[in-house]
Amino acid sequence: MPIPTRHFDALILGAGGAGLNAALRLAGADARVAVVSKVFPTRSHTVAAQGGVNAALANVMPDNWHWHMYDTVKGSDFLGDQDAIEYMCREAIATVYELEHAGVPFSRLDDGRIYQRPFGGQSQNFGGDQAARTCAAADRTGHAILHTLYQQNLRARTHFFDEFFAIDLLRDDEGYVIGALVLEIETGEPLIIASKTTLIATGGYGQVFRTSTNAFINTGDGMAMALRVGVPLMDMEFYQFHPTGVAGKGMLITEGARGEGGYLLNGDGERFMERYAPRALDLASRDVVSRAIATEVREGRGCGPNRDHVLLKLDHLGADVVHHRLPGISDICRTFVGIDPAKDPIPVFPTAHYAMGGIPTDRSARVVAPLRHGPEEVVPGLYAAGECACVSVHGANRLGGNSLLDILVFGRAAGQDILRYLKENPNHRPLTDSVIAPAMARLERWQRRGDGEPVHVVKADLRKLMEDHCGVFRTEAVMAEGVEKLVALRERVEGVRLTDHSQTFNTARIEALELDNLVDVGMATLCSALFRQESRGAHSRVDYPERDDQNWLRHSLYFRDGDRMDSKPVRTKPLTVESFPPKPRVY
Amino acid sequence: MSTATADDRELQRLRWQCRRGMLELDLLLDAFLERGWGDLDEAGRRAFERLLGFPDQVILDWLMQQAVPADAVLRDLVARILAVVIPPPPRP
Repeated sequence: MPIPTRHFDALILGAGGAGLNAALRLAGADARVAVVSKVFPTRSHTVAAQGGVNAALANVMPDNWHWHMYDTVKGSDFLGDQDAIEYMCREAIATVYELEHAGVPFSRLDDGRIYQRPFGGQSQNFGGDQAARTCAAADRTGHAILHTLYQQNLRARTHFFDEFFAIDLLRDDEGYVIGALVLEIETGEPLIIASKTTLIATGGYGQVFRTSTNAFINTGDGMAMALRVGVPLMDMEFYQFHPTGVAGKGMLITEGARGEGGYLLNGDGERFMERYAPRALDLASRDVVSRAIATEVREGRGCGPNRDHVLLKLDHLGADVVHHRLPGISDICRTFVGIDPAKDPIPVFPTAHYAMGGIPTDRSARVVAPLRHGPEEVVPGLYAAGECACVSVHGANRLGGNSLLDILVFGRAAGQDILRYLKENPNHRPLTDSVIAPAMARLERWQRRGDGEPVHVVKADLRKLMEDHCGVFRTEAVMAEGVEKLVALRERVEGVRLTDHSQTFNTARIEALELDNLVDVGMATLCSALFRQESRGAHSRVDYPERDDQNWLRHSLYFRDGDRMDSKPVRTKPLTVESFPPKPRVY
Repeated sequence: MSTATADDRELQRLRWQCRRGMLELDLLLDAFLERGWGDLDEAGRRAFERLLGFPDQVILDWLMQQAVPADAVLRDLVARILAVVIPPPPRP
């Protein structure tokens, strides 16, 4: 029986901030837009972003987009593309006002203007005094933005396919992306969405690591889809970890806990940071603290029955300090660990938080790849924005307040460029069986019956493997062993079988499809981390401790075909201003 | 179809409704589905379904005990969820 087909001008995969901001721009211009989301749209991970959005509005202190640009380039450890960063910092101002007009309830100053708070990494005058650049809607900015954009999209008549899972992109023989094969989770029925343009806005992939702050939905689906149609992933070695997540769970325990005087203990009861950072101790930089914790555990000095975490001790601060100055921590500990941190130490381990790398794009959110003639050829019809994309504005390290900004600015840019593309390409391209076949094969693979390993066992092994071999402790030997193990695990996936072959709400099948995606992005991350022989930003190698601008001021590119690595130069030339040349990143 | 199968299917459907935008909710709702949902009566199951219809941030505030549902049925349900999912204090 032929698979039902629907036709749209634009298909958007993912309903977080990037996808919904693009959709709004398109629907507002009367394009036919489909948004496919595997969960109900307001349950996208954007909802969890508490921090805020950076924009140089200068409402609280003097500010300027050029200073914001400087901070972002420096924060990126000079790996960010300066044209994209200039674009983002200039557009930030209009973007925030646009959201304000759309109804986002930003926190206000007494005179009614948007309140802005200071955040780490923000400066005035190119590295001078602290700036105050972050606009927030109390501590639930992501929630406010997501709900506002969703409501506006409903009003603009965006067509939502809620609880549909995207299987794969459809790419024709001439290289055009012409839609996707999706699956309705409720009925188990496949559907072809033929579309003149497709935007991947599927978010991050923190679930590839055992300990992560990311929601269960963050499985790198769009990134893996890009890989499977021959597009590389860029700078995947750059993944932000936070040193203190609740062990075995992943939620953040804020740095404020150590700022108030909390300290870390290993299984021998030793205050081990004295050995790693004799002066800064527990307040050393994130990568130093993260690596110290991982080293203690690796060398058998962890805590608990499996010796797989360390302890964060706060009880000496007194119940008053713990409960009143760190109320969020008390709530998390009570609910998830069953302890009162004023009495018992908190089990912690580094937790994976944010991917700087992703699908390479230009500043119009068009996907670019080295195909035939150059390193940045446009893949026609394909766009990417948000955490799944790498434009690259974060380079080797993202600044707080710049991730919500990234999704909004480049979601909007994608919408604008799609409108341009639609004018030039008004017709659907022919969709042949040979284009659909590979996507269908991926779906049908999970119909195979017989004995095999269950999905959850292989997934747990993958997440442990990634944490052990591509977490915060990175050396040639550790990662090479990781690649070997991951190649073997990838072969095991072939032997995985489902026991449930029903159609209706077969979530086991969805989890199997997600496992495929996690394995692909895991391999991209491990191979890229092994490839880059330097330490820069979030990628910190024990065997190459220094930044090496001579050889590595380049973006890495991972291709799925043969697990091949390549690289391309960083775009160091901004649009209108002078370049910021690399210099040591000290704060 | 046997009752067990209908329950299994219902559990699968609910498991997907428990996939949220926040890790905290994923962990708490999943744990309750695993260990507490089966013991709910029909009214309790209807209340759980209703709870899942609220925005993530609202459910989070309830389960982190930052706010209390105005509705008594949901208030009881939240208390029941917390009784199931909060780990016991560690042994001294």
